[in-house]
Formats: sequence, C-alpha cells, structure tokens
Amino acid sequence: MTTGARILIVDDEAPIRRFLRVALEAEGHTVTEAASAREGIDRAALDNPSAVILDLGLPDADGITVLQAIRGWSALPVLVLSVRSDEAGKVAALDAGAQDYVVKPFSVQELLARLRGLLRDRATTASPSAVIDVGPLSIDAAVRSVTVSGNAVKLTRKEFDILWLLASHAGRLVTQDMILRAVWGEAHTEDSQYLRVYIRQIRTKIGDDAANPKFIFTEPGVGYRFCTH
Amino acid sequence: MTESDGRPEPDLLLAEASRDGRGRLKIFLGAAPGVGKTFAMLEAAARRSDEGVDVVVAVVETHGRTETEALLRNLAVQPRRPVHYRGRILSEMDIDALIARRPALALIDELAHTNAPESRHEKRWQDVEDALAAGIDVYTTLNVQHIETLNDTVARITGVRVRETVPDRIIEEADEIELIDLPPEELLARMRAGKVYMQDQAVRAVQNFFAKGNLTALRELAMRAAADRVDAQLREHMAINAIPGPWPAQERILVCINESPSARDAIRVAKRSADRARAQWLALSVTSSRAEALSDEEKDRLAAALRLAERLGAEIATIEAEHDVAQEILDFARRRNVRRIILGRPRAVGFLARLFGESVTRTLLRIGAEFEITLTSKQPDTQPDKPRSAPKLRLAARTEPKGYIAAVLCVAAATALCMAAEAAFPVASLSVIFMTGVIVVASGFGRGPALATAGLSFLAYNFFFTAPRYTFSVIKEADIVTLGLFVMASIITGNLAARLRERVDAQRAIVDRTNKLYNFSRRVAVAASFDDAVWAAVSHVATTLECQSILLAPNAAGVLEIAGGFPPEDELPLRDMSAATYSWERGEPAGHGSGTLPAAQWFFLPIRTAERRLGVVGIRYEDARSFSPVDRRLLEALVDQVALALERIRLNEDLEETRLASETERLRTALLSSVSHDLRTPLVSIIGAAGSLAEPAAGLTDAGRISLAQTIQEEGQRLDRYIQNLLDMTRLGHGALKPKLVPTDLADLVGAARQRLRDPLRDHKLAIDMANDMAPVHIDPILTEQVIVNILDNAAKYAPAGTTITITARVDGARAVLSIADEGPGIPLEAQDRVFDIFYRVDSGDQQRAGTGLGLAICKGLIEAQGGSIRAESASADGSGTRIVITLPLDNPEWPA
Repeated sequence: MTTGARILIVDDEAPIRRFLRVALEAEGHTVTEAASAREGIDRAALDNPSAVILDLGLPDADGITVLQAIRGWSALPVLVLSVRSDEAGKVAALDAGAQDYVVKPFSVQELLARLRGLLRDRATTASPSAVIDVGPLSIDAAVRSVTVSGNAVKLTRKEFDILWLLASHAGRLVTQDMILRAVWGEAHTEDSQYLRVYIRQIRTKIGDDAANPKFIFTEPGVGYRFCTH
Repeated sequence: MTESDGRPEPDLLLAEASRDGRGRLKIFLGAAPGVGKTFAMLEAAARRSDEGVDVVVAVVETHGRTETEALLRNLAVQPRRPVHYRGRILSEMDIDALIARRPALALIDELAHTNAPESRHEKRWQDVEDALAAGIDVYTTLNVQHIETLNDTVARITGVRVRETVPDRIIEEADEIELIDLPPEELLARMRAGKVYMQDQAVRAVQNFFAKGNLTALRELAMRAAADRVDAQLREHMAINAIPGPWPAQERILVCINESPSARDAIRVAKRSADRARAQWLALSVTSSRAEALSDEEKDRLAAALRLAERLGAEIATIEAEHDVAQEILDFARRRNVRRIILGRPRAVGFLARLFGESVTRTLLRIGAEFEITLTSKQPDTQPDKPRSAPKLRLAARTEPKGYIAAVLCVAAATALCMAAEAAFPVASLSVIFMTGVIVVASGFGRGPALATAGLSFLAYNFFFTAPRYTFSVIKEADIVTLGLFVMASIITGNLAARLRERVDAQRAIVDRTNKLYNFSRRVAVAASFDDAVWAAVSHVATTLECQSILLAPNAAGVLEIAGGFPPEDELPLRDMSAATYSWERGEPAGHGSGTLPAAQWFFLPIRTAERRLGVVGIRYEDARSFSPVDRRLLEALVDQVALALERIRLNEDLEETRLASETERLRTALLSSVSHDLRTPLVSIIGAAGSLAEPAAGLTDAGRISLAQTIQEEGQRLDRYIQNLLDMTRLGHGALKPKLVPTDLADLVGAARQRLRDPLRDHKLAIDMANDMAPVHIDPILTEQVIVNILDNAAKYAPAGTTITITARVDGARAVLSIADEGPGIPLEAQDRVFDIFYRVDSGDQQRAGTGLGLAICKGLIEAQGGSIRAESASADGSGTRIVITLPLDNPEWPA
C-alpha cells in the first residue's frame, strides 16, 4: 500500500505545499494541507492521515510540538523537513519520534523514496516477512542466518540483531539511539562506540565497504540506513 | 596679534567665535565703594527684566540700603547656599543651582569676592567664568583697586592693600564695562550721610582710604582702566577687521622670578608692560641646588609667584643652572626672542657676599647689553613683611645644626692635634691643620659650617698658639700676617669646597631626575596596553614624588572614571571627583593647592596632547602639603610623557580599529560582489528555464522540457550550496560552531559524502585507498563530512570529466592524514596558502568557474575548529593537480579499532 495514501503536509510556505501536492497527487496520494502548528495538529486528529510531512520551522510553534502532540495518540509515520545547519533540531525530531527526515532543499524523488519507505514499513509491520533479500545478501530471521551470494556468513547474536533491525527498516533511517535501545536495552543508549565497531564488523562480514557502501549507509552523526535498491 | 600683513588675526577671530554660545559679561566698574555700582547694576537689570529677559539675582549685597533693596523686590532672587565654616554659617552664591537654572542674565555682585572654603572655586570671578561658559550673561560689579595689576598702584596711593584681586584677563575679556562715576565730594557726602557701607574693624583704614586725595586718584585710575578698555576694544576691532595699524614688532618680555618678595611686584610690572606693548610675556624661574636650601616660606613664595604669573597670562618656564645663572638667563632670552628683561631690584648686598662673587643682577646688567633690562622700583612694604633673609649669599641656608656641631668638633680636634704636634712643628705651620678642618667641613656640610669652622679656627689658633698664649691679642707681626692669610685662605678654600659640594649635589639631583624620567619613559614606552601605561604612570608618579597618585580617564561613555591608582584607589570623594572633572573638562589644574576647588585633597593635572584630552593625573601627599615648583615641574614632565604614551596607545588602538574596519570593508565588498554574482547567476538560469516551461514554445520537445527542468534543479542545488556556505561562514565567524567530537571512521564519512555527491561525481572516477581497520579519528562527523563534500565538489568542478579523484587515508603518529587529489589544472605555488582565505579565488583569466571563494575557507574553519589542519599542494611534480591534505586527531587509542 504505497500509493493511494492520505498525506498531511504541515508547512507554512505555500509554494512548498503546492509542489508537494502536485508531486504526491501524481503518485496517487490524497493530500491535505496545514499552514500552522495548530492547524497541523487539528488536521492530523481529524483527517486520519496515513503519513505526515512536517516542517520543523512553523510560525506559531516548533514542529516538534506538533510531533509530540501527534505522538500523544498515534504512531503514524512522520517525515520531518529540516534545514542543513540545524543538525540539533533534526536529531531532536528523531528523538521525539519522527521516523525519517529530508534536508531542505530536497528533490521530489528523494522525498517520495523516503515516504515510500515509511508507508511500506507501515504496511509490513503487521506481518513482518521472515526473509529479506537484497541483491546477493539474504537474511532469514526465523533461523537467524545470513548468506552472501549463497555463502553462509557467521554473525554473532548482536550483529545479527543489528543487521535485522536495519534490514527490516530498509530505506528508512535507523538512529543510533534506536539500535542501541533495541539491541542493548534502555541502559546503553550512550554507548554509540560499540555500535560503530559492530557496524564495521558487520560490513566486513557481509562484504560491504564503508567508503563505497552497498548495503549499510552511514548518516554521519545520526544513524544508518539500509539500502532499498 | 602683531602681524602686519593685513589679514584678520586667527587668534582674535577664534576668540570672537568662541564667544558665541558663551554668556556676555558686563562689569560695573567703580573707583571706590559707595559710588553706586550695585544700584546701577540693579537698575540696568530691572530694565532688561522689563524687556522680558529672564533675570536672576544670584548674589547682591544691599548692605541694608533701602533704595537698593527696593530695586531687588522686582527681581527673581536665587536662594543662597549656606556654608558652615568654623562654627559660623556663611551664605554663598549657589553657582551649581545657577547653572542648573540657566537664566538669560545673572546678577553677581562683587566680582573680587573670596568664597568660603569648600566652595567650587576659591574666587567668585571663577564662578562667573563658569556661568559665562554655561551661556549665562552676567552683570557684575568691581572696584578698581581689585584689578590685579593696579593693586600695587592703589596700595601706593592709599596705603591700603586689598587681598582680593581679579586677574586683568577678566576685565579684558568683559564684553562691556560701565564706569560708575561719582565726584569725590558727592561720595564723601554720601559717606557722611551713612550711605556707604564700612566693615567695622576697618573703619580707620577705610577713613584713610576715603581721603579726598585718594578718591581723586582712584577715580582717575578707574577712568583710565575704562578708557584702556575702550582703547583695547578699538585695537581688537582693528585687528579683527584687518585694519593695518602701527603694530609693534614681535616682542617678548621676560620676568625673572625668585623667592624674594619683590618677585610679585616684578610680575605685575611685567604684566603691565606686556599689556601696554601688546606683547607676550614669560616668567622664568631658575632652579639650582640652591632651591633645595630654601626655607619652606621661600618655597611657598616662589610657588605663589609662579602661580600669579600664570594667572596673569604669562608663559611659565623653569631652567636649571648651577653657575653662570646670568648667562643661562640671557641664553634663554635669546632663544625666546625676548627684548626686555624685568628683574626685581636685589636687596643691599653686604661686603662678605661681594667677596664671593657678583650678584646675578649685576652680571646680567654687565653682559646683557643687547637687552633692555628693567629693575623694578622697590615697593613700599604695605604688608607687614617677614624678616628678611640674605638674598644672594645664604650663609645660613643649611640650618641643620649638624654642620655647626661638626664645625665645633672639627676645631676641637684640630686644636688637640695641634697641641700634640706643637713640639715637633713650628707654630706657623700648625695653621695647615686648621685649614684641613675647614676643607673637611666645607665639603661635608657646605658654606655656613665652613665659615663657622674658619672663624672658630681663627679664634682657637689665636688663643692657643700665638703669643701671648691664652689671650686673643697678638704681638708678633708675623703672626698677624699668618692669621690674616689663614682667614683669607680658609674662607676661599671653604667657599670653593662648598661650591664643589653644591655642584656635585646638584649634578646628582639632575642625574637622579633625568634617570627617573628616563626610566619612566622606558617603562611607559614598552607598555603595550592602556592599562599597562596607566599602571606605569601611577606607580612612577607615586614613587618619584613620594605621594599617592591616581589616574582618571574617560570610559567608553565619555565619563571620567578611575583608571588606576598607586596605591590602588577605587573611589574619590565627591569633591575630588568634581575637581578631577573640572580639570579634565577645562584642561586646567584643579584641586588641592590650586585656584579651583582648593578644598579637595587631591591635586589634578590634565593629561593632554595637542590632539586630545586623555584624562587627569591626581596626586596627594599624606601630610596634605602643597608641593614645590620643582616637584610641580617634574610632575608636569611626567604627565607630558604619560600623555604621549597614552596617545601612542590610543593611536595604536585607532590604527588597529581602522585596519579591522578596512578588513571588514574589504570583506563586505567581496561579499556583496559575491552575493550579487553567485546568487544571481543560478537565478538567471532558473527563471529563464521555468519561464520556458510555464509558457512552452510550440516546438518544445519532451527531451527539451526535461533538460530545462534539470537546469532548474541543478542551478537550484548550486544556489543551495552557496547559501549553505554563507551560513557556515557566519556560524564560524560568530563562534557559534561547537564541534561535537566523537570517535568516527573516516571511511563512513567518505561513503556518506560520495552518496551526497552522486550527481556531481557522475563523470569522475573515484579511487579510494584506506585501510578497512584504520583507527577512528576524534572529530565531529557532520562537520567533517561537510568538509569532504566541499573538497570532492571542488575536485569535480575543476578536474576535467573522466579523470580520477584519489582519496587516501593513513595514520601518521597520533594523527590521521586524509588527502584528496584531483587531476585538474592545479593551484599555483604562490596561491596554495591563500586559497583558504575567504573570498579568494585563483585567478584564471576571464574564465571563472562557478564558485564562491568560500568553500575552502569554510573547510579550513571547520577543520581547525576540531583541532585539525588543512593545506593545499600540487598533486604531481609538474604542478598539475590539486591535493588537499587534512590532518585530524586520532581517537583515544584505547578504543577498539
């Protein structure tokens, strides 16, 4: 169900809303718009959208306020629009429960790809597939096995958990925080150094190259993203 | 004021101009009390008040005269200020309230009045000057005997000397003088009718004063003063309007001042002569080792004389001369183009003094034939004079009893020695022993004790060793000759030895002073900051003059505040602060021992150069004494140096500011041109392409449409990069950038960067040479990724399509070295340092690639903010290709690699 969704755009800039509406409707989505934080919260509550595209800089309140309000009653996917010099805002939005972000200015293709990831994720959470195949890489969650071009790769338990977490959220940003929380538990969210080392080991084992990645892409300072193509 | 080229004189024009905004002063001048000055003033004021002028009576003494009081009733009277002084309450004019009230016209009676202690000024005429400076017109009254330079004349005529005098300058600068004239007969009649106010204690003196002959003479003086004034106005008018006239040749008058009471008279004579000749005049005091030997009273007299001369408008000079004083004076006179020298007549000089040399006056008269030398007439001592001290040769100058005790001891020792040696030597040769004693005392204690030793030796020799012994009579002619020769020889040698000693002392003092000044100038010259210079200044002034010192300078808001003190001082009493402010604002000395706010504890001197006022220096002695002219000169010399040093530092600061300003200006210009060029160029493509899409021409193909859309997209991205650069630069410039350093794998960043640059890097091959297990670096990943993106983007831009961009990383000691090399045209050697400068672009003729000159500057800023370094070099031996080398700190090696 990646087409025909109802998308809410919360942005105070009319030109941005206009071109997003054109692009999203061309994809077959239904679009509702909100120009302020207050209106955004109302629309999110009333229109029952499938996903929200949320600008962080709104005239009446911070976009995070809207995000927190939405998270009060719903886990619906939220894609944040951030500006590049605002790394802190971006990370705060992810911490507050945003699923992904794009940096302004962005190409429509990039935005649509991210949105697709979010909507697919939402569609698949109900019945997660047990096997993920990406190119030569195949991951089987049921037997916890990984093969590259048919050759078995021995991963430790944690390495497998990390890889599975990334792969099952393919195309989506997975923050360091999310991984640490999921694999190590709540108490270890500060130990991002272990994560860096684990990712390096996983890459080596599955034949990925950090400088020219095929599977695991780094979002510096934020997290990782498993490739979708 | 003496040029004759027919041009208006600048000084006078300036003086005229400075009167604008200044109040106008009108003086009601009278010959004696009781002629009706106050009455005339009030009448004039009443007329002005009727015309609608805002008139305020600041102070008027009616002395109970009813008609005067009647006039007062119609005028606004400002309350007086009560002053508590020694248990009495005096009421004084409230000058602060007057200036705050700012009437158009103020009536201030009795210009010569001396204020109660603790007042703003010592004299009322100083208050009047403040009022005038505040733009208030002033009417005031004055009796002719209070005019400074007429003071002597009046004293001679009447036998009464008044202490309260007003500088002639005030009268000269008055805008109008009205002579209140009353024939002596009428005045006497008024006096008999009890209409003239007299102070009880002075009735007798006043009655003498009011003798008819006196009154006639005073009346004439007053008339002459008023007429002089008219004459001066006429001359001033002629000068301002460049009316050629018989201006006298440039002439200066020099008055020599010493500590004798006649100095004051000489100064007054000089002032009058200078006025008559419309000449400048100088007051010169000669200091020498002798100055140290002056009594306190004499020092005070000298200081007072110098102050008087200064007040009367003389230029003050001090020279040091140990001998040939006359020659030094003449040299000074020649240097300063002096034609006339005025000296106080020396007192009668005794025989002994003549023996030791000619008086300075005589020498001057003898060798200064080219000058017109005036000896002032001896003034009658109307004030009870102090006992006179010998003027030229001061036998008893050094009054320390030590010298005389030494004299007695020395003679006693010599006598004892002679008695012991008597058997072995002829009596006549014993005088040599006494002579030795004289020389010892002379060189040790100076002239007085030396002469005392000579006298005592003479008596002892006579008494003990010449026949008949133990009497003071002499029989042998040879003994008489011996004694005579002995006295002569001992006086001469004693005098010579003493002179030598004095000269050595003086030399030492001069060397000491020069050293102090030299040390100070050296210290202050190396002072790099304003605070350093201030500290050097206060500490040096304090140690040199053995006093407390303080320096006040204006703060950023222009308000005077304490900049430093030795010992440190945080706060000044209000009175001292007023004195400091006064000194600063007026550029005149103020405070303790000066004419302004003398009740203050501190004495303040302004620090100024020709260009600006820099502040004030204040000094205070523990024992609240005023200081000697020598100290004052020394202080002034120090303050001059302080002024120069502070000026130098201020200039440096200004220069630095100017340099910064011009640098800022250069950047601003570069930014503007960059913004207008680099922002507009992409917009031109975007607007053009969008226009073509919005209203497509008939023949627009799909491929063409896509190409236009791509143009819009690419140019938009370029614009975004540019704006991002500007933002980054601003963040760097404002120090808002706070790198968050974490262990990071460089390979991750390279991967992320090439992901972001997929499109620009399409046409280039990328070769990556870095170990998989390379140690992590300790950096901010987001900032460093930005750097790698900027450099890769540059490489893609400048290196031709199809070439390879090589990225290598390796560990070098405790640092990681990341280099990115392209196969582009390369950067000329001389530009390799400068490519990191903001807005710098390698000049490549007409063809200029799209770029802002910001990218590398930002890289440098970002890398250095993380403790790394960045440089550019040629990628190959032939100078082609660019290699950017970045050095970054490695992470703590304890982390697992």
